[in-house]
Parts: sequence; structure tokens; C-alpha cells
Amino acid sequence: MPPSTPPPPAVPFLASRPSRFTRGFLLLFGLTTAASWWAARVDLSTLFSREALRNALFFAAEGFPPALSPEFLLFLVRPALETVQISLLGTVVALLTGLPLGVLATASLAHAGPLHELDLSGRPVRRLLRFLPYGLSRALLSLFRSVPELVWALVFVRATGLGPFPGVLAIGVAYGGILGKVYSEILEAVDVRPLEALQATGASRWGVFWYGMVPQAFPHLVSYTLYRWECAIRASAILGFVGAGGIGQQIEISMRMFNFGEVVTLVGILVLMVAGTDALSLRLRRRVL
Amino acid sequence: MYRAEGLTKVFPGGIRAVGGIDLKIGAGERVAFIGPSGAGKTTLFRLLNLTLKPTVGRLWVAGQDVVHLHGAALRAARRKIGTIYQQHNLVPRLHVVHNVLAGRLGAWSTPRALLSLLRPVEVEVVHRALQQVGIPEKLYARTDELSGGQQQRVAIARVLLQDPDVILADEPVSSVDPTLAVSIVRLLTDISRATGKSLVVNLHSVDLALACFPRIIGLREGKILFDAPPESLQEETLAALYQGAAAAGSAQGTPDAPFDPASTCRPVPRV
Repeated sequence: MPPSTPPPPAVPFLASRPSRFTRGFLLLFGLTTAASWWAARVDLSTLFSREALRNALFFAAEGFPPALSPEFLLFLVRPALETVQISLLGTVVALLTGLPLGVLATASLAHAGPLHELDLSGRPVRRLLRFLPYGLSRALLSLFRSVPELVWALVFVRATGLGPFPGVLAIGVAYGGILGKVYSEILEAVDVRPLEALQATGASRWGVFWYGMVPQAFPHLVSYTLYRWECAIRASAILGFVGAGGIGQQIEISMRMFNFGEVVTLVGILVLMVAGTDALSLRLRRRVL
Repeated sequence: MYRAEGLTKVFPGGIRAVGGIDLKIGAGERVAFIGPSGAGKTTLFRLLNLTLKPTVGRLWVAGQDVVHLHGAALRAARRKIGTIYQQHNLVPRLHVVHNVLAGRLGAWSTPRALLSLLRPVEVEVVHRALQQVGIPEKLYARTDELSGGQQQRVAIARVLLQDPDVILADEPVSSVDPTLAVSIVRLLTDISRATGKSLVVNLHSVDLALACFPRIIGLREGKILFDAPPESLQEETLAALYQGAAAAGSAQGTPDAPFDPASTCRPVPRV
């Protein structure tokens, strides 16, 4: 069956170029891995040496029995809630940053591909005007996600003081960058043929976006956002180490006190929370799929 | 409705899919394009529905020169042309009502379109259109749950809502079974007759084309081989059209539909 985009020009192009590219890429990948093994001084004997094992076991043994006194557990309710709040609000901020930027960074919507074939061909100025917001949002997303959330947290702790708020901002910005990039990739991956059909009715790009792209991409967008929320719970624990509140801050305090029983309890709570979000997101995904 | 002069499309890589086509199609006319696969029919249709830009040549739609249109003017020109594709016309996860209403997107503002996604508007009109294509009960069905033939009917209903001056149908029935194919082609010709819209169709089945259309254009290697009413077409002319292309045709896996003369549009004796 003839696909709607005529394949003849694409075939020779696809057949020759990527295979060379792929070979080069694999070679480079192999070399880099080998070099990294050497550069990072990977030496499995140090990990499995008698001394290393004894130290690790000693550390683990210190954690037992975990601290389970009622007053400690009761005390943990607030930091636990705080962690959930940080991760949830952080994900919301990330969504609000990542969604608009991700949509702008979607090439098939901005300037490339069959939707722009007639509209932009032979119009370099128009093409450039379309490319500008696309390039700008891609650059922003790249900046947001290349700075780790821990560094963002340090910046925001400076700016707003200790507490959950800098944690929210740090997750919001760093994850906004990640969400935006993945959103744009999800949107670019939808079947383009229904989009062409919509465009052929005279629909604008936004009409095509809302009626063609969003319905096709929706389950994937939801699913990935929920996964990022799960990551945010873990991240918010780390951010606690630099003073952004929540369970992480408690872990850091207990570690500093060498109270490993408390640390084990805290890590256990973290595991439960991640498992909880996983269960919740599974139910949500079932509903939207 | 359409006027083309020297319409040519050369794809990057030098493949000349459509090579210098001169064509006139009047308002309300019904035309079928036939020809072996690879003859450039689909490319020609994508030029005619203003998706591709011709490499050379000129094209007028309803008297308007359309080759250099862009932006809002291009969208306005596209609104006058309704397209039905072989497959994948529709957004699978959307309910039928929205896929049909998508025909209005060219006329609607974005906020209006968004509001309708939340709560469909003009449901009465959609219902009537679905009645016309014979599946009113599918109004709120999810599109990916419909059969291929039903999906083509939804695509036709969308064209009804778009209300264009010309309907282009690119192999509209090659993915449905032969009996359905006849009923869908007849549905299209009936709509054309009743509304005065031009109808331009690409057909795999020569018999169906000859039976349902008063004007047949044979396309081969991007050029028009003949342009004539079905009565005047000789067997030899048709044979020349498909000569040496049988292998390419069967490679598609869509053999010519076995034909049931009793259910044709209007029987035309082949000379």
C-alpha cells in the first residue's frame, strides 16, 4: 500500500547514510566505554576485598535494629509529608515549564516535516521566524536539564533560604528541562498521516496540534509525567541533604549523628513512598490508555 | 474547479513523480484517475490538495493561483478541497464525533476548537452527516474500534462537515472489501451529484472507475496517457496503460477487486 508520503526519495537516503553513521557511532561508543573503564579506575577487586566487605557489613549491621519508636515515627510524619509536597509541587512546576517549552521545541510542529511542505518552501524568512522560538526553547530546555537539580537547589537555597521552597524550584527547573525534551520527542513520534489529513482540511497548526497530536500522544505524556513524579520523590530526598527539607534532611541529620538505625527507617519510608506512587500511577495509566 | 499547466513534481533524488500535467476539471465534474502503481497518482493528489509544492508548473483552484499561497490564504484555499485518503485519515484515539467535527477546523478559531473537544458542538449536524454515510449509531464510538469501511465513512462525514467545493479521494476503497468498495464509491458519487461538488478519485479497480465515472484519466509514469469517457475506451488503451506494470501492481498485494456488475453505479458496457 502506498504510504501518504512518497518513499522513493527517502529510501536511498536512509539506506546509505545511517548505516555508516551507526557503525561509526558503535565504534566510538565501544572505545569510550573502554577508555572510561580505565579512566574511572574500575577495579572490582577493591569492591570485593575482605576489608571492603567487612566495612560494608559493619555499616549495615549498625542500622539494625531500625529505629521504630512511636515518637520517632510520629515525628517523621511531617518530613514525609514535606517530601511528598516537594515532589508533587516540583513536578507541577516542571509540567508548567516543560509543557509550553516542549510544545515549542517540537520540530514537526514548528518548522520541519510534511506539515510545512508547501507553507514554508521557498520562504527562508518565514522559516527562520518559525525556527527562532523552536531553537530558543530547545536551548532553554537544554540549559535547565544540564544543570543537575542538586546545583539548582544550592542556587535556590541561596536565593530563598532553607526549607522546602528551594527544593520545589530546583525540581521544577531541572525536571522541566527533562519533561520538555521528552514531551517534544513524544509529540514528534506520533503518526503523521492523520495530521496531514487534518491539515488538508485547512486546519491551523494549533488545530492540528489539539486534534491530531495531543490525542495520539496523551497516554505517553501522562505516563512519562507520572514516572518523573516518582523520580522527584527520590530527588527531593537528595535535595534534603543541602537543606531543602523533607525526609532527605532527616537522613542527613541521622547520618551525621551516626544513628544508622534511624537512617534505615528513613530509607524504608522512602521505598514505601516510591512504591506508593508507582501503584498510583499504574492505576492512572490504566484509566487514560 | 481545477486548472493545471505543466504541473511537475520532482523529488529530491531526481525522481520525477509527476511530469508536466495539463488538466482542467470543471465544477461538479466527476473524474477517476487510473493507472499502475507508481504512476504518480498519489503525488498528483497531494499536489491537488495543496500539500506538496510543484517543482514546475501552475495550478489554479476555482480560478485562484494557488502555487505561491502560504499562511492564512493557503488554509483558506485548502478549506475548499476535501481529501479522503486510502487509510489513516482519522485520529484513532478520538471519538467519532470529534473526528467528524475536525472537518470544521479550518473554519473554527482555536479556542472554539478546544471548547468543542471538551463538549462537542454542532452534534446535530454531525449526526446528520453520519446518517448520510450510514453509521449514525457510531457518533460516540472510539474511532480505533471501527472497521476499515466504517472509518472511511467517518472520513466522508468529515468531508461533509468541511463542505468543500471539490472532494479528492486517493484510493479510498483499496483497503476495504469489494462489496463495500462499491457502496463507498457510490456514496461519494451520490454526494457529488446531490451537492454539485466536484469529485476526483484515484481508483485501483478499473471496472469500478469505468462503471461509476463519466470521465477517466489514465496516468502512467507521471503523464496523462488518455482522458476520455469510459464508453470510448478501447481494451488496447487500457492494456497499454498497465503494460509491463502488472508486477508492480501485484506487489502491492491488492488484487483488482472481483466485480459484481449487479451492484455497480450505472452499468456501462465495455467496448
